[in-house]
Amino acid sequence: MEQINKPLTKNILPDRVFATLADYESTGGYQGLRKAITELQPKDVQQWVKDAGLKGRGGAGFGTGLKWSMVPDIDTPQTRYMIANADEMEPGTFKDKMLMEQDPHQLIEGLIIAAYAIQANTAFIFLRGEYHLAARRLDNALQEARSKGFLGEHILDSDFNLEIVLHTGAGRYICGEETALINALEGKRATPRAKPPFPLVSGLWGKPTVVNNVETLCNVPHILHYGVEWYQGLGRGADKGTKLFGASGRVKYPGLWELPLGIPIREIIDKYAGGMQDGYKLRGFLPGGASTDFLLPEHLDVVMDFEAVAKAGSRMGTGTIIVLDDRTCPVQMVLNLEQFFAQESCGWCTPCRDGLPWTVTLLEDIIAGKGHIEDLDALAGLTRMLGPGNTFCALAPGAMEPLQSALKYFREDFERYIAKEPA
Amino acid sequence: MNEQTLSPEEIQEINAEISRYPDKAAVAIEALKIVQKHRRWVSDDCLVAVAGLLAMSPAQLEAVATFYNLIYRQPVGKTVIHYCNSVTCWMLGSDRIGERLCRHLNVDLGEMSADGEYTVLPIVCLGACDHAPVAMVGDELRLDITEDAVNEILGR
Repeated sequence: MEQINKPLTKNILPDRVFATLADYESTGGYQGLRKAITELQPKDVQQWVKDAGLKGRGGAGFGTGLKWSMVPDIDTPQTRYMIANADEMEPGTFKDKMLMEQDPHQLIEGLIIAAYAIQANTAFIFLRGEYHLAARRLDNALQEARSKGFLGEHILDSDFNLEIVLHTGAGRYICGEETALINALEGKRATPRAKPPFPLVSGLWGKPTVVNNVETLCNVPHILHYGVEWYQGLGRGADKGTKLFGASGRVKYPGLWELPLGIPIREIIDKYAGGMQDGYKLRGFLPGGASTDFLLPEHLDVVMDFEAVAKAGSRMGTGTIIVLDDRTCPVQMVLNLEQFFAQESCGWCTPCRDGLPWTVTLLEDIIAGKGHIEDLDALAGLTRMLGPGNTFCALAPGAMEPLQSALKYFREDFERYIAKEPA
Repeated sequence: MNEQTLSPEEIQEINAEISRYPDKAAVAIEALKIVQKHRRWVSDDCLVAVAGLLAMSPAQLEAVATFYNLIYRQPVGKTVIHYCNSVTCWMLGSDRIGERLCRHLNVDLGEMSADGEYTVLPIVCLGACDHAPVAMVGDELRLDITEDAVNEILGR
């Protein structure tokens, strides 16, 4: 077999506007689906993905095959739903957009295989409203897939039927949380739901529902086509497969690259992003989007896999690094992040609804020179009150991650404002 | 208020969407976007009429309409300029882009320009951080905006 080490982006070429159906099929596109539907039982597909070790790429890193296997009684005919979470809105994250715009059939094939694995006959792509180009490309690709018999009744002459509905949102971060997404899709205000019951048991319109991130689903066709062993050989460390990693901020070449999981952060920032722009030094970074803890230059040798980044005190999250340079004030950066979270809080539960605006006010006062040293204790208190376990969803705990790590690593910057010293 | 508030085209487009879902309310966002496509924004009358079509109460639909960044409950210009103010764009100067556009058009954020052409609003991360700062002008994404934001975006 030819050496495939960048399965997710092999069809994304610099001289190509985007991968058409013909482009996609010329490199093995829809072969994974063919194998799944004509050779394997749904439970086998679940097992392949489980054995491959694919973990969710939306940020939480839950085992994808395991998630599918938790859908009850797939042998019994029943309405089930499969949803692609394409509501990418984590600040600093720009990976799913590229996958959908540049190779739309990859997501569609992954979604069909996933639907087959959980025996769902209706699937949705919940796409954020701002992604107009992705919407046009996906809409067109869905029509092509339908006309080729990859969608509709008796897919590839089997008795499996599937329709995919492209559903576009209207812009709100919380819709990326899977139970809020389900409420949004039902036409309700998109607040998260209390769990249990989990969507796997009772989700969209009360039916068993699986929600998977776009990048996660894009891995699936390749696992089926090239096999579990090949897939496991792709990662360098504990986690299997490749991942889209990105860097933005004052690096020389901001961008997005498909690289093996387990790659050192230093390699991403120095080799792929070209290091810092002239005149700027690296002060720290958020390894995987706005809701991950700051890390410092001393953490550059940490490798990008779920466990290693967690051990260093942060999260791999979405794998898109936001770089803090030495001329950007970390306190103001944290204020920008908390303003985002305060605005995007759905207001459903009290710690988040009241705690985030309070966090913003304290930070604004500190920056305006009206802060007191006790405010730092109040902020630390908020990181505990809004931390894990006190809210319906992960928005507030995520919002506290950059704040708690900034208080730890950049405390002198906060204190300088309070002491009214010039920065 | 009744459904006559909406045009036959709007009603037809909304009904076409309804046929794709097992439940009418699932069309809430799409129906509001259809109204905006025809009228730029969603008035109280339109909201009540759409709620009727979807068998929702106006309060239920209002809870949806007011939830989203891209549903406008007050008039906006022909082209809405959404400049990203999330972290990477902020770091690379997006606040100044918003200020310059507003000053040039002589508006505050969210206001319509006197000629009815533009409204400027901040928006959260547009997923193009490797080309920060960015803005969405109408449906179109503009990348790598420079100090010359007014010319780049307004073409003047």
